Amino acid sequence: MHMADALLSPAVGGAMWAGSLGTIIYCAKKLKEKMDEKMIPLMGVLGAFIFAGQMINFTIPMTGSSGHIGGGMLLAILLGPYAAFLVIASVLMVQALFFADGGLLALGANIWNLGIYPCFIGYPLIYRAIVRKNNAPKLITFATVLSVVIGLQLGALSVVLETKMSGITELPLSTFLLLMQPIHLAVGLIEGFATAGVVIYVRTLRPDIVDDLEGVKSLSAAGSLKKLIMVMAVLAVVTGGALSWFASTHPDGLEWSIEKIYGKPEVPERASPLKESLSKLQEKTAVLPDYSLPSKEEHEGNPAWPAVNPGTSLSGIVGGAMVLGFIFILGIGIKIMRKYRAKT
Amino acid sequence: MTFDIEYFNLGYLDTLSYKTTFVHRLDPRVKILVSFVFILFVVSMPKYELSALMPFFIYPVFLLTAGEIPFGAVAKKILFISPFAIFIGIFNPLIDTSVIMKPFGVPVTGGWISFLSIIVKFILTVSTALLLIAVTSFPGICEALERLKLPKIFVIQLLFLYRYLFVLLDVALRMIRAREARSFGNRGKEIKTFIRLISVLLVRSVERAERIYQAMLSRGFRGEIRVLKRHRLRYYDILFAIISIGMFYIFRNFPVVNFIGNSLSRISK
Repeated sequence: MHMADALLSPAVGGAMWAGSLGTIIYCAKKLKEKMDEKMIPLMGVLGAFIFAGQMINFTIPMTGSSGHIGGGMLLAILLGPYAAFLVIASVLMVQALFFADGGLLALGANIWNLGIYPCFIGYPLIYRAIVRKNNAPKLITFATVLSVVIGLQLGALSVVLETKMSGITELPLSTFLLLMQPIHLAVGLIEGFATAGVVIYVRTLRPDIVDDLEGVKSLSAAGSLKKLIMVMAVLAVVTGGALSWFASTHPDGLEWSIEKIYGKPEVPERASPLKESLSKLQEKTAVLPDYSLPSKEEHEGNPAWPAVNPGTSLSGIVGGAMVLGFIFILGIGIKIMRKYRAKT
Repeated sequence: MTFDIEYFNLGYLDTLSYKTTFVHRLDPRVKILVSFVFILFVVSMPKYELSALMPFFIYPVFLLTAGEIPFGAVAKKILFISPFAIFIGIFNPLIDTSVIMKPFGVPVTGGWISFLSIIVKFILTVSTALLLIAVTSFPGICEALERLKLPKIFVIQLLFLYRYLFVLLDVALRMIRAREARSFGNRGKEIKTFIRLISVLLVRSVERAERIYQAMLSRGFRGEIRVLKRHRLRYYDILFAIISIGMFYIFRNFPVVNFIGNSLSRISK
């Protein structure tokens, strides 16, 4: 469920980056406060472990298909929220760069979706709350499965909201949610049981790995929780700022498009007014001014071509093909030049 | 096995990043900045825009050719990854069925245009991310991140992650081979076995981290690693940034494609 650049608008992508970057800086500051040098190689190696671990697959019971772990919650349990968040961010960064999972703009959203929820909701508020001093395997399993499921549900919900707010998909919100949430419930249950199994088994091999690091995994009761809430509040303001920007363009955007629809002699066949207005809204809320808008207003009386000027669209196709061809030739030119230079 | 392919691809991109072409020598900060601005401009294009996206191909094509990166290395990855964008985008043609243009008499619906627009944006942004790493190298990216004032601890553990990625992938590869050698078909892939394998891998990783830490201590580690700064901001770095961003701005705000198309049809008349 990696987000992709192509599904994000600049405003949403930017807001998610701001939130994730802020959290990275906050986590680094927290770690510096009670720095244990031992943590640095451990964090790096565990990040590499997540990659290596993802290469080992297993058969998902009852389906026959194979899966692997995501590992966010496992990292939170092993390293504590602050270090785990940095490691998750790093893993996602390497995935974005080397495996082209998502992309650079979507990286902010991916860090948020897959990092914030296990580290700052699943681990402190669910896992720690259930598993305190009592380390009974059943309790660990229950706590792990619950926190993984909730973390993934929130992550999937965020993916839906981010895509929807970016205005890329035509999917209605309810259908989109019905597509995403149940799948991630199943994924969460499997991931949860696998993670719980690993935590319990590692405790039998090296209990100190899971338990002894407690000192580093500080998120003790009141003091830190207050700070956590403060961070969340700041992040909410940042995200809310981006949202209100959208919201403030809503009224006049809607008025504008409704006026246009009623002023029209004919509504184009099968285009619902709402969809029309939404797509116009999308154009209005684009960060930079849209040059094709005037031409649309000029030609909107034509029912067969409701939005686009025939001349413009044809020249657009011809021009687009031309530009592509030109870039292709340019690329070959550079290549030949390089080869020629390498020879001499 | 897909694992081997992914693994060797990782190493392959790494080797590519140590060439010394013009784009490889550019300051990593500049490359990150320009690539990020590029992606912002691309995704800010309106939903039904297709032809105006074409000029943007110049940036990935420039990185590819000037950086001497084999086309196949990038193309293969784009073909195989992230069905997510397609999964989300494929609903657009099914839901948005209003005809918005009829080039040469063929009706084209808005949904197909917006779907194709998503795919083109996807190719542009993903190839840029891959090419960025192929012409910059991971240590280069880390250097840039440090100089862009990201927290030091984040950058240091990122460098660690990258170093030990290859080591631990080898360990995992050996474990997978051992499992395959001892089992038939899908046996040995039960979740119970999987949990034990992962647990052992985890314990091995932690023990390795402990050994690394001991080795670092005995070599005088005091909680700080100095990141090698190999790059200086030179005038052609700034020139590259100004020209590229200026070009993206023109592509975004002026109907370049329509202008070329119009003048072409005028000439042919």
